[in-house]
Amino acid sequence: MTKLSVQHLLGIKYITKDDIDLIFSTADNFKEVINRPIKKVPSLRDITIANLFFENSTRTRLSFELAERRLSADVVNFTASASSVTKGETLIDTVNNILAMKVDIVVMRHPKPGAAYFLSKHVKAKIVNAGDGAHEHPTQGLLDAFSIREKLGRLKGVKVAVIGDILHSRVAISNIYCLKKLGAEVMVCGPTTLIPKYISGLNVKVEHSMIKALEWCDVANMLRIQLERQEINYFPSLREYIMMYGLNKQILDSLNKEIVIMHPGPINRGVEITSDVADSKHSVILQQVENGVAIRMAVLYLLAS
Amino acid sequence: MSSQPRVILDSKSFGITINRLCCQLIENHNDFKQSAIIGLQPRGILLAQRIHKLITEKTGNKNIPYGNLDITFYRDDFRRGDPLIPKSTQMDFIIEDKKVILIDDVLFTGRTIRAGLDAMLAFGRPQLVELLVLVDRRYSRHLPIMPNYVGITVDSISTEKVAVEWKEADGGDKVLLLKK
Repeated sequence: MTKLSVQHLLGIKYITKDDIDLIFSTADNFKEVINRPIKKVPSLRDITIANLFFENSTRTRLSFELAERRLSADVVNFTASASSVTKGETLIDTVNNILAMKVDIVVMRHPKPGAAYFLSKHVKAKIVNAGDGAHEHPTQGLLDAFSIREKLGRLKGVKVAVIGDILHSRVAISNIYCLKKLGAEVMVCGPTTLIPKYISGLNVKVEHSMIKALEWCDVANMLRIQLERQEINYFPSLREYIMMYGLNKQILDSLNKEIVIMHPGPINRGVEITSDVADSKHSVILQQVENGVAIRMAVLYLLAS
Repeated sequence: MSSQPRVILDSKSFGITINRLCCQLIENHNDFKQSAIIGLQPRGILLAQRIHKLITEKTGNKNIPYGNLDITFYRDDFRRGDPLIPKSTQMDFIIEDKKVILIDDVLFTGRTIRAGLDAMLAFGRPQLVELLVLVDRRYSRHLPIMPNYVGITVDSISTEKVAVEWKEADGGDKVLLLKK
């Protein structure tokens, strides 16, 4: 298979297993490129990419920008707070103005779910969804699965527990779709208030005890408590959350097996995960970041082809 | 409609030619202490591996650096046709100041070699670069590229294709001329 089946990357739910395999094998090559002395390839030198971030981001934004520059593309950055959006300009107008300047690909992060899909229907550019509300974050789902494949050599039959604030997490949804398409088994774990009601409809196990989830899984993907998305109190206190769902070294050592620890970042050290776990040899958190650049390079390269 | 492919280098002559190429290389590079061999993906690597093995035997130098180089990201026809999917690159040695022998099976328009030179320069600055090809399709160049070591020279027209078959991959060593 040499071509993606989609024109945009809006969500893992729209792409096939063949697409994911193609992205992974292309990302393997780009991982080798970013470890060379000269980390640039000229492939996208005739392409202009606009990064539209309507929400704050450090990791994703930097990662996309690095990926774009390493492919030699021209990059323009747009931050909502410093733009005419504050004067009331609509999304379509904003993007059409940018496209009038001959931009080929738009990478967008937006607080409303479905924003990327909406955009893809109304403008003439290839859209990459960098996170739309609590809906999907496809490149994160891809890089998480890629990191597991790198650490364990396979994904089929691997047991992955996603632990934390599932309700507000687009990372969780993209992870679930991606891992299921690749044949892994997925469990979500968190307090009842933070697990969406019908999540078992996605064919995942649901567990409320973190210890049981850790005993079951091969890989634990720890999610951050999304305080900026919580309108009400979902748990009595942060201390109680940490007691029941915070991962520390004693708990890790008490399991009689080794599990892989992942986190999409940013880490709240001492909340969902302690420093000694985040910095341990079981953690692939920094490899996730490195793989993020390779995966994003692969996605942009394949969409531009 | 394509007629029968013509064998322009059979198995026995293939072996003799590769042997002669290795002798030529040893003439110029002696003990290969400052030299390295790089094969271009996808079809240059079988030739490069065979030459590397033969030269190691002849010189006794077991440490001649060898690398596979994929040039897909440096091609000039990206986004102008079917999507291009890369193969792997393995360059585990430092290219800086080495005498590099770049190896490919067929030299035709020269665009692949141009891409290969750009890809290689991403790894450092070699002392010098020489080009070795098994087949030189003379008079077909699109760029001013010239080989230093040539197995055989073929004068062919653009509707013909030169294919190299290998014992390891295709069951026998030969070079074929096919009508497209």
